[in-house]
Amino acid sequence: MTPSTLLLATMLVPLAGALLIPMFSARPNIRDAVSVITATVLFVIVCALYQQADSPASLVLAEPLSGLQIAFSVNYFGVLFALIASSLWIVTTLYAIGYMRAHHERNQTRFYTLFAIAIACVMAIAFAENLLTLFLFYEILTVGTYPLVAHAGTSEARAGARKYLLILMGSSIAFFLPAIIIVYLQAGTLSFSEAGVMAGNMESIYIAPLMLLFLLGISKAGIMPLHRWLPSAMVAPTPVSALLHAVAVVKAGVFTLLKVVLFIMGPDVIAQAINSQYLLLLPMATIILASLVAMTRDNLKERLAYSTISQLSYIVLGALMVNQAALVGATLHIAMHAFAKITLFFAAGAILVATHKTRVSELNGLAKSMPVTFMCFAIGAMSIIGIPFFGGMWSKWYLVSGAAAFEGATWLGWALSITLMLSTLLNIWYLLTIPVNAWFKTAPANEPASGEAPLPCLIAMIIPCVICIYLFFQPDIFLQLAHTIVGGDNT
Amino acid sequence: MTTYLLGHLNYWLIIGVMMIGMFTMMSSPNLMKKLAGLSMFQTAVILFYVSIGKVEDGTAPIITETATRYANPLPQVLMLTAIVVGVATMALGFALIIRIRRAYNSMEEDDIHLQIQREELD
Amino acid sequence: MELLTVLLVVIPLICAPITAMIADRRVAWALTLMMCLALAVISAMVLNDVTTGKVIHYELGGWKPPWGIEYVIDSLNALIAVIVAFIALITVIYGRKSAEQEIHDSQIHLFYAAFQLVILGLMGMALTGDIFNLFVFLEISSLASYALIAMGHKRQALVASFNYLIAGTLGATFFLLGIGFLYAASGTLNMADLAARFDDFASMKLVITALLFILIGLALKAAAFPLHSWLPEAYTQAPTMVTVLLASTSTKVAVYVLIRMLYQVFPQAYWEEMLLPGFLMLSGCLGMLYGSYKALCQVSIKRLLAYSSVAQLGYMIVGIGLNNEAGLTAAIVHMFNHAVTKAALFMAAGMVLMRLHTTSLDKLRGAGKTMPWTTGAFALAGLSLIGVPGTAGFISKWYLVQGALAQGNYLVAGSILGASILAIMYVWKIIETLYFDGSDKLHVHKVGSGKQIVADLPVATACCYLMVFACFYFGLYTSIPLEAAQTAVQAMMGNGGAQ
Repeated sequence: MTPSTLLLATMLVPLAGALLIPMFSARPNIRDAVSVITATVLFVIVCALYQQADSPASLVLAEPLSGLQIAFSVNYFGVLFALIASSLWIVTTLYAIGYMRAHHERNQTRFYTLFAIAIACVMAIAFAENLLTLFLFYEILTVGTYPLVAHAGTSEARAGARKYLLILMGSSIAFFLPAIIIVYLQAGTLSFSEAGVMAGNMESIYIAPLMLLFLLGISKAGIMPLHRWLPSAMVAPTPVSALLHAVAVVKAGVFTLLKVVLFIMGPDVIAQAINSQYLLLLPMATIILASLVAMTRDNLKERLAYSTISQLSYIVLGALMVNQAALVGATLHIAMHAFAKITLFFAAGAILVATHKTRVSELNGLAKSMPVTFMCFAIGAMSIIGIPFFGGMWSKWYLVSGAAAFEGATWLGWALSITLMLSTLLNIWYLLTIPVNAWFKTAPANEPASGEAPLPCLIAMIIPCVICIYLFFQPDIFLQLAHTIVGGDNT
Repeated sequence: MTTYLLGHLNYWLIIGVMMIGMFTMMSSPNLMKKLAGLSMFQTAVILFYVSIGKVEDGTAPIITETATRYANPLPQVLMLTAIVVGVATMALGFALIIRIRRAYNSMEEDDIHLQIQREELD
Repeated sequence: MELLTVLLVVIPLICAPITAMIADRRVAWALTLMMCLALAVISAMVLNDVTTGKVIHYELGGWKPPWGIEYVIDSLNALIAVIVAFIALITVIYGRKSAEQEIHDSQIHLFYAAFQLVILGLMGMALTGDIFNLFVFLEISSLASYALIAMGHKRQALVASFNYLIAGTLGATFFLLGIGFLYAASGTLNMADLAARFDDFASMKLVITALLFILIGLALKAAAFPLHSWLPEAYTQAPTMVTVLLASTSTKVAVYVLIRMLYQVFPQAYWEEMLLPGFLMLSGCLGMLYGSYKALCQVSIKRLLAYSSVAQLGYMIVGIGLNNEAGLTAAIVHMFNHAVTKAALFMAAGMVLMRLHTTSLDKLRGAGKTMPWTTGAFALAGLSLIGVPGTAGFISKWYLVQGALAQGNYLVAGSILGASILAIMYVWKIIETLYFDGSDKLHVHKVGSGKQIVADLPVATACCYLMVFACFYFGLYTSIPLEAAQTAVQAMMGNGGAQ
C-alpha cells in the first residue's frame, strides 16, 4: 500500500471500528472482538507506516479557509506518537474487557465506540500537516472524551466532566486559538516546517508572550495553573484514565507543544528570544508543586494523576530548554512515560476491581494476595523515577544532560538541575512507598483475602511492564526516531 | 433668531407632536395609550415629509399653463404608502389589544406583567 | 436573469393572497412549499450568476433610476436571498406537523399566507436598491411577523407580539425619518445615486442626523444591544416554525441592510471619523457578553437560544464595527453560518416541544434516552454555536478574531473569546441535562396530525439533520458563503461607493 493510503487508513480504521461496535451492542463478545481486531489492524498499519516514514506523502481533506487546509502528512514525530497510542490501544482494550465486565459497568457499547473515536482523533493529531488541522482534532478529542469522563452519570462524574470540558475547551479557545491566529497573521502560514515558520517574521520581544499563549492554551499538557481538569477526569472508568488520561489525551497535549516548539516557533528562535528562558519557571513550578500535591493525595488514581501532571512538565521543560539533548529527552519521555504510567493505572484499576479499594492507605499488606499487580506497579514506578534497568532512565538521562548543557542564565541552569533532582526524590517518596507498604507492612486483621484481578487485566498489565524493561536494553527504536525528529547529528 | 424660529415653525410643531407621541408611548402603562402615542409619532413623521416637499410659492404638482413652480410631489406619494403602512400597524395593534384584553382581562401593562410572572412560577 | 430576480418578490406577492383565500391546510402548505421551492431555485441561480462579481440591475416598470425603483443584486444580497429562500424551504418542510399542532385548523391558511408575506418582505429588503422601497418591505415583513408571533399558543405570545410591534414600528419610523432627512439633503432615494452624489451634500449637518436615525432604526430591527429587549420573548413565544424562520433570517436581513447603508450609501470615511466603529464594537461586545450571560441563566431552551441569538448578533455588529476586510467578511459569513446553526437548534427545540410539551430544562432531565436523535442534533449543532473547529461557527469566529487582532484590538478579541467560553457553558448546560442527568423515563407524547397519529417525526428530524449536516459541511467546505462574502467585501471595501 502507498503511504497516503496507509495515512488515510490510520484514521479510517478506528472510525470503522466506531461504526461496527454499536452494531453488535447486543452481543458483547463479538463487540469486544471487533474492538481488539480494530486495534490490532491499526497497530499493523502504523507499523507499516513506520517503514515508510520518510515518504513525503500527504492527504488534503478540505480547504475551509483560503490557503489553510485540513491536511495530513507522514512525519517521524507523528509515527512515534501513533506507534505509542496504537500499541497501547490493543493492551487497553484487552484490559477494558476484563475490567468493564468484572466491574459491571453500564453503557459499555457507548464506551468502546467513543474510545475508538478518540483514537481516530489521536491519529489525526499525530499526522496533522498544519496547526489548524491539529487544532481541529485537538478540540474534537476534547468533545469526544467528555462522555467517557461523565460515563458514570453520577453528580460527581458530571461535575468532574464539566470541569474537564470547561478548562480544556475554554483555555484552547481563549489562548490557543488567538495564538494560532497571531502565527497566521505574522507568518502567513500554519504548516509545520523544519526550523519553524516564525524566524524573521516576528520581533524577538513578542516570541516569549506568544509561547506563553501556547503554553496556557494547550492545557492538555497539564501545566499549572490549568491542570485541574486532569484530577477531575479521574472519575472516569480506569481504562479511560489509563489510555486517555495517561497516554492519548495528555500526550496529545505535549505532542502539540513539542510540534509548536520544533516546527512552528523553531528552537533557534526561542533560544534567541529575549526572556523566553523565564518560561521555564512554569513547568519547573509544575513539576515540584504537582509532586508535592501528589504526596498529600490518598486516592490512588488522583495521586497518579498528579504524578502525570508532574511528568508531563518534564516534557515541556525539555521542549523549552531547546537544546539538542533536552529535545531528544522530551521526545523520548513521551514514549517512556506512556508505557510506565499505563502500567500504574492498570494496576490501580486491578486493585479496584479485585478489592474495591481506592485509597493508598488501605493497601497495606495487600501484595500477598495480589503479587503480580504490585510487582507491575513497582516496575512502572521505578521506570518513571528513572532507575536503571527500566526504560524511563534514558529519557531522564537526556533531560539531565540537556539541563547541564543549558545556555541561559546560570542560576536558571542550577535551578533546572535542582528541580530534576528534587522531583526524582519526591517521585521515589510518593510512588515507591505504595508497593513497599503493600509488600512489607502487615494487612489489618480480619481482612478477607482477595485474589488477583481477571486474567485479561493481568495480561494487559504485564505487557507494558515487559516493554518498560525491554526499552532499557533496546531504546534504539524510539531513540533513533527522537534523534531524527529533533534533527542535528546522530550521536 | 426670531426669524429662524418662525421660519422653521412647522418643524418645531412636528418635533412637538413627535415628542408627545414618544413620551406617551414610553410612559403610559395602558396599551391603548401606547398605541395612540405610536400613532402620533408616525403622524409627525408624515407631516415632516409633507413639509419638506413644500416649495415656496409652489402650487399643487399638476401641470397647468399658469403655474411655473410646483411643490415636490414625491414626498406626498411616499406618504400615501406610509399612511397605508401606519393604518395596517394600527389595525394589527388594535387586534392584539383586543386579544390581550380577552386573555388577561386587563389592558394595563403592570397588571399583565404580574400575571405573566405568576404563570412563569407555576 | 434580470427577469428572474424580480420573480423572487413577485412569486410570494401573488402566492400570499391566493393562500389566504384557500381554506384548506393541505393546499395552503403545498402552495407555500411550491413557492419556497421556486424561490430557492431562482435565488441559487442568481447567486451562481453574481459571485463572479457581476451585478444585476432590474428597473421596475421600466422607469430609469434614480426616479424609478431599481433592484440591484450583487453577491452580498444574492447570498442573503439564498439564506432566506433555503431556510424558508426547509422550515416549511419541517414545520408541517408542528403548525398543525400549534395553529387552529381554521387559521392555518392565514398562517401560511402571513408566512409567505414575511418571506416576501425579507426578499424585497434584500433585493431593492431603493431606500424607501426598503422601508415598505421592512414593514411588510414586520407586520406579518407580528401576526405570526401572536399565533403562539400561550397567551404570553400576544404580549410578546405587542411589545415587538411597538419596538418594531418605532424602529421603522426612525428609519423612515432618517430617509426623510437624507431625501431632504439629497433629493434622491436611490442608493447608488445617493452614494455617487454623496460628496455634494456631505457637508450638511442633516446627513449626520439622517445616519443616526437610520442606524438606530436598523439597530432596533436587528436587535443590537441594548435595543434587543423585544427579541427573547418574541422568539420564545412564537410558534416553532416562525421561530425558526425569524431567528435565522429576519435579524440577519436587518444586519444586511446595516452593512449596505454603512458601506455603500454612506462612504466609510464619512462615519469612521464619527467614532461610530467604536460604538458599534462596544454595542457588539456588550451584546455578546450580556446575551451569553443571560442565556446561561435561562431555564427554557427556547429562551436560552433566543438570548444566544442576541449574543450572536453581537458578533456580526462587532464584525461591521471592526471596519476591515476580515471583520466584514466575518460578519457576512456569520450571517450565513448562524442562520444554519440557529435553524438546526430551534428545529431540535421545536421537536422537543412537540413531543414532550415543554422546553423547560427542569423537565427534560435525561431526555437524551427518550429522544436520542433530536438531542443528538442539538448536541451537534451546539458545537457549531460554540465555534468548535470543523463547524461553520468556527469559520466566522476565525475571521472575526483575525480582524480584531489585525487591528490590534485586544479587548474586542478578548470579548469574542470570553463570549465563546460562555457559549460552551450554556450549550453544555443543556447537553448535560439531556444526557447525564436523572434516570426517570420521560413520557413522550404522540404527535397528532388530523386523523392519523404518528409516533415520531421522521420528516422534521430529517430536516433538522440536514441543517446539522450543513453546520459541519460549511465548516469544512466554505466556498459558497466565503466566496460570496469576499466578492462583496472587495466590492464594498474596494471603492467604498456605488457600483
